[in-house]
Amino acid sequence: MSKEDLEKRTVYSPDGEPIEIDPLNDYFLDRRPESYAPRNGVIEQFANWARAESLWVLGFGTGCGAIEMRPLMTPRFDAYRFGIQWRPTPRQSSVFVISGYLSVKTLKRVIRSYEQMQNPRFVVALGSCTINGGMYWDSYNTINRLDHYLPVDVYIAGCMPRPEALLAGFEELKKRIKAGKGDGANKYAENFDWYKANQKKIIKDWDMPDYNW
Amino acid sequence: MENIWIKIGYALLTIFIVLNYGLLLQGLFRKIGARVGRRHGIRIWQPWVDIIKNYTFRSRIYHGVMFYLGPVFRLTGGIGLLLFLPVIYGTEMFNNFSFTGDLMLVLYFQFFGVLGMALGAGESGHPFSAIGVSRGLSQVTALELPLTLGVLAIALQYHSLNISEIVAAQQGSILNWTFFTNPFAAAAMLLSFLGSMGRSPFDVVLAPQEIPIGPPTEFNSSLIGVLQLNRAIFPVAKLILFMDLLFGGATNWFELIVKTFFIYFWSVFVGTVFPRFRVDQSVRWFLSIPLILGIIAIILIKF
Repeated sequence: MSKEDLEKRTVYSPDGEPIEIDPLNDYFLDRRPESYAPRNGVIEQFANWARAESLWVLGFGTGCGAIEMRPLMTPRFDAYRFGIQWRPTPRQSSVFVISGYLSVKTLKRVIRSYEQMQNPRFVVALGSCTINGGMYWDSYNTINRLDHYLPVDVYIAGCMPRPEALLAGFEELKKRIKAGKGDGANKYAENFDWYKANQKKIIKDWDMPDYNW
Repeated sequence: MENIWIKIGYALLTIFIVLNYGLLLQGLFRKIGARVGRRHGIRIWQPWVDIIKNYTFRSRIYHGVMFYLGPVFRLTGGIGLLLFLPVIYGTEMFNNFSFTGDLMLVLYFQFFGVLGMALGAGESGHPFSAIGVSRGLSQVTALELPLTLGVLAIALQYHSLNISEIVAAQQGSILNWTFFTNPFAAAAMLLSFLGSMGRSPFDVVLAPQEIPIGPPTEFNSSLIGVLQLNRAIFPVAKLILFMDLLFGGATNWFELIVKTFFIYFWSVFVGTVFPRFRVDQSVRWFLSIPLILGIIAIILIKF
């Protein structure tokens, strides 16, 4: 999507009737994200168990680490055994794996995808690049610390971490979710202004709506 | 069995059994598919957890009334199809709302969910949904032709539009099954059955690696949960329909499970062996061999 696509414009139907289009108002919601209180006691524990045992990963390889995610679907590592499945659309996924370095251009897409995911959503940051920039720490167009821009649940260190490390990371994520600590979406909603300010500091040509879920 | 409340109770029991059987089949066949690829695959209880998980999402997105009604229509199509079928032949309990002339209604219900879903997915405004819907509708239209010809041939053969009577006429011996007495109609119907199960080679509609899962792309949390419920109920309802029409129905649940397992396995077997058709190839395919078989079945019955 380019900036021109978001500008107001008039298009004409086949009958010659003019139609006003204001993409920012017509195609996107204009609400801030809300924070949802967890349910009570046993129900929430059961829900957390189900969330932990059915991790649907958004199939979006953001950096070079994406190559480490592919073997998880193959016979050798086979993450399906642990309830981890890949999903092609952010609307239905609950886990976002940021695989390695994030360029500013990719960060835009990551933010949009992250915001389209539904409330209990978890972020797994893969590789040193997401922790402190790794070998790209002084690059002109990659970010250094991921949790300035998105709330991260689990970091997996290494450059690159092997698929086994990724599986161990998913197990760690399951433990966190079952303990009720996987609350990134609420954290994002509560500190929305801080996250947005950080994102806008690094993305110079901000050409997307502020709210897009 | 005149009391409507008892009937409703038995209908709910049927839905419950069929839902769990459908989820079990789903898990089992995904496991079989994984073993073909030399993986262990999902745990067999994964489909249940997935549904629970989708219902426990805290937020959800709506794009309008029709978007909300799409999955509801889809589930209505599945449950409607199931409830108008004689599930277990010869019992009052599991005959549900089967009546004279139910064959026509059942054929309509097969199409009902697809249309509802087309409207719902259309309102989501996602381009992949629109592509998926157009593919789905063209493929369903193509596969309905041989299916309808086969069903009409069977109706002409037994002089009845009542599924219970058709099942009754097949009792006695395996050789009384329509599968053996009317092989052309059976072949046309079983080939079109492959397409309606949404498995490879006819999975252009969902096409996970190509158009991110097509029509349901925008459906989230409990809406996708409703669609998953339907994905468990609808295939089993279709299996029961084919079992009733072609394989002599079932007189108890064990017979039903054995017969429907093998009918489902037919689509899984083809699906794991053959790669995906493009949509033009699949439409063309349905209009060639299955359609010719259907026409032969009609002509043979007529003369």
